Amino acid sequence: MEITDNFETIEVTTDLLILGGGMAACGAAFEAAHWAKKHNLKVTLVDKAAMDRSGAVAMGLSAINQYIGLKTGENTLQDYVDYVKNDLMGIVRDDLVANIARHVDSSVHLFEKWGLPIWKDEQGNYVNEGRWQIMINGESYKTIVAEAAKNALAELGKNGEYYEKVFITGPLMDGNRCAGAVGFSVRENKFYVFKAKSVLAAMGGTVHVFKPRSVGEGLGRSWYPPFNSGASTYFTLKAGAEMTCQEIRFVPVRFKDAYGPVGAWFLLFKAKATNAMGEDYMETRADELNNWLPYGKVKPTPANLRNYLMMLEVNEGKHPIYMRTDEAIREIVKKAEDEKTAKRTLKKLENEAWEDFLDMTVSQALLWASTNVKPEEQPSEIAACEPYFIGSHSGGSGAWVSGPEDLAPQEYRWDFPNMTTVQGLFAAGDASGASSHKFSSGSFTEGRIAAKAAISFCVDFPDIPSISPTAVEEIKAEIFKPLETYSKFKDYSIDPNINPNFVKPKMFMFRLQKIMDEYAGGVSNAFRTSKPLLEKGLELLRFMREDVEKLAAEDTHELMRCWENIHRIWQAESHIRTILFREETRWPGYYFRTDFPKMKEEWKCFANCRWNPETGDWEMKKREIIDLID
Amino acid sequence: MPSFIITEKCDGCKALDRTACQYICPNDLLVLDKVKNKAYNRSPEMCWECYNCVKICPTQAIEIRGYADFMPLGGVVQPMKSSDSILWSVKFRNGQIKRFKFPIRTIPEGSAEPDAGWSTGTEDLKSPVLRTEPGSTGLSELPKL
Ligand SMILES: Cc1cc2nc3c(=O)[nH]c(=O)nc-3n(C[C@H](O)[C@H](O)[C@H](O)COP(=O)(O)OP(=O)(O)OC[C@H]3O[C@@H](n4cnc5c(N)ncnc54)[C@H](O)[C@@H]3O)c2cc1C
Ligand code: SF4
Ligand code: SF4
Repeated sequence: MEITDNFETIEVTTDLLILGGGMAACGAAFEAAHWAKKHNLKVTLVDKAAMDRSGAVAMGLSAINQYIGLKTGENTLQDYVDYVKNDLMGIVRDDLVANIARHVDSSVHLFEKWGLPIWKDEQGNYVNEGRWQIMINGESYKTIVAEAAKNALAELGKNGEYYEKVFITGPLMDGNRCAGAVGFSVRENKFYVFKAKSVLAAMGGTVHVFKPRSVGEGLGRSWYPPFNSGASTYFTLKAGAEMTCQEIRFVPVRFKDAYGPVGAWFLLFKAKATNAMGEDYMETRADELNNWLPYGKVKPTPANLRNYLMMLEVNEGKHPIYMRTDEAIREIVKKAEDEKTAKRTLKKLENEAWEDFLDMTVSQALLWASTNVKPEEQPSEIAACEPYFIGSHSGGSGAWVSGPEDLAPQEYRWDFPNMTTVQGLFAAGDASGASSHKFSSGSFTEGRIAAKAAISFCVDFPDIPSISPTAVEEIKAEIFKPLETYSKFKDYSIDPNINPNFVKPKMFMFRLQKIMDEYAGGVSNAFRTSKPLLEKGLELLRFMREDVEKLAAEDTHELMRCWENIHRIWQAESHIRTILFREETRWPGYYFRTDFPKMKEEWKCFANCRWNPETGDWEMKKREIIDLID
Repeated sequence: MPSFIITEKCDGCKALDRTACQYICPNDLLVLDKVKNKAYNRSPEMCWECYNCVKICPTQAIEIRGYADFMPLGGVVQPMKSSDSILWSVKFRNGQIKRFKFPIRTIPEGSAEPDAGWSTGTEDLKSPVLRTEPGSTGLSELPKL
């Protein structure tokens, strides 16, 4: 008997298949339900975890980072596009950013009606953290959004369903058309085959490709959640979709070690960051910004340039770098008219500061508690985290998607909005690229945009794509191979983790992290890399690709870990190849090419890549940046 | 051991076929030891300390002990959730205690109405107008660049 015989094959046929259960997927379910009902179509959502608490918002958030305020005329679409484009050093799609921005307020207004507490001032207006960010009591943010998504699916009766605890491994293809997805349950012995007319990839970004700073218990305390492991990138790449901005990783600067958020400190409390000597490096190193014009001189200074100035301090040994929480609080309290108001202000600040952590990074509160930190009395250390792939935040990676009909120039528009270059395959949130700064609200919104388009696709292409049963059997054998490998060889050695015939996913992941850290500009190499290093990294990745054959799993949990790491190596390879292709340094605080240390006009373009499913080759190409605003 | 389970308090969710902590963990870390009828975290170094298991456990059996590779011992952060708010107790290593209470939702759980009272201004699948729009945007029509 084969191992695969232990896994019952469950076939699910649907119209729209939504992969993931995070912000983008919930937005998609909400939107799709409405249009599917009108056209009598079925919608199925699949999440590896429980929708109430899955994805990057699992813990909650303390701010909604994208709200434009169009109805009061506070800001315009142009303002937002400008901001995003400058922050990404010119490399974004205006059409995609503007499209999300014109719908995002609607999503936020819906969240409020669904029960999300949003801070209000005395006039009843939202309280801004910064120009685009609004403050929330967001402990239950994800639960609330998931509830609305589930209620929307319920409107479809038996035509609306969701599967939780089902891990998606990869796409089902019918030529250049995506015909569904495959995966397995992490709870029961079940192999799932989802057949669909259109598919939306929304499985978040990627973490643990690079070695984290903490590798003991703290390994899991990456800024980006350890459960988003590159499924979106793998899925779209494997389907043959063109990808964009795979080089634009995100390196957040956060409170050191527990990676607590700094947004409220910088924006709301106006705190400064300084080197160990108390010097504000944004002032002392202001001249450096002239090397990165025009972006060096825009306000706010792009995230990667702020990082870079800090990294220069660290390289010169002027760290620890501190967030001067004490000074910020003193400044605010100083403004109070009398002692009583000062006391009240201090109390209010204390509450806000702790809530910021407790709503979205509880570990940071725990770190402050376990080191007796009083933010009003002493500063706290900040540092650059390891690199992550999160195209919805301040990175840019993801699939290259078709633009909106009424905004996109022809070069950016080949089909339905948010469809990748693969027929019937859509992407949103972290899964779609070149449209940074969507954050939680914008990802939800992009899920809505993509879902409406994907339903429209089902109406226009009502035939069910065909998939041969033998192909499905082959895929099934491939998916469960690590279990087979383990059971075949496990008795050869006494220690099940050390066996010459196989490799367990954990060590496999450590190998990947070491390669990326040392050759592709990770923390240990101060985020620097070069052609020779990248080429060496690629050479070592080739061995990893071969060793995929030797991954072994004792149970379905470990099988999931195997697949997470297969997904990660594809993210890693597309990243290295794209950094190598782009012969310049454009985001010095994300990564630095020591062999091409300057930004070049000829590289003011998108660097796209595609893995060709027919030949197995990688194709690299430049795509033009088309400015829709001056 | 980021999330840990207090032996005495865990009742294995009374042998229901799915335990609360196992269901909610986004990283599939918590498992029920069927022999002992107690849950455990199978891979503490993959724990995000997201506190979802802590918040959901019906017997308050789960707590978090900060990552030992960078957190000194002694700090405790423990939540208590009600239907509309959360109360956090923060105990410092030096014994000091602070409490914080925050709202978590404004309407009862389960009552979110997808359309929230807005109607959708188009029937056209090709139109960029989305569900509940333009009403929910607060504008009379969708802006363009
Ligand atoms: C630490 C942190 C802080 C942030 N702070 C803020 C903030 O303050 N304000 C703000 O607006 N935004 C914030 N963001 C950004 C926001 O969280 C993201 O932009 C948003 O969650 C992206 O949505 P998504 O749907 O693409 O991914 P996610 O919401 O992460 O969802 C991914 C989904 O895919 C599922 N999945 C993954 N792999 C698989 C698989 N193989 N099979 C099936 N399902 C799978 C996951 O379980 C999850 O449901 C923050 C992000 C992080 C990481
Ligand atoms: S939720 Fe609590 S009581 Fe239930 S199994 Fe988990 S730890 Fe035990
Ligand atoms: S804290 Fe979060 S990641 Fe850790 S075990 Fe609990 S639910 Fe899982």
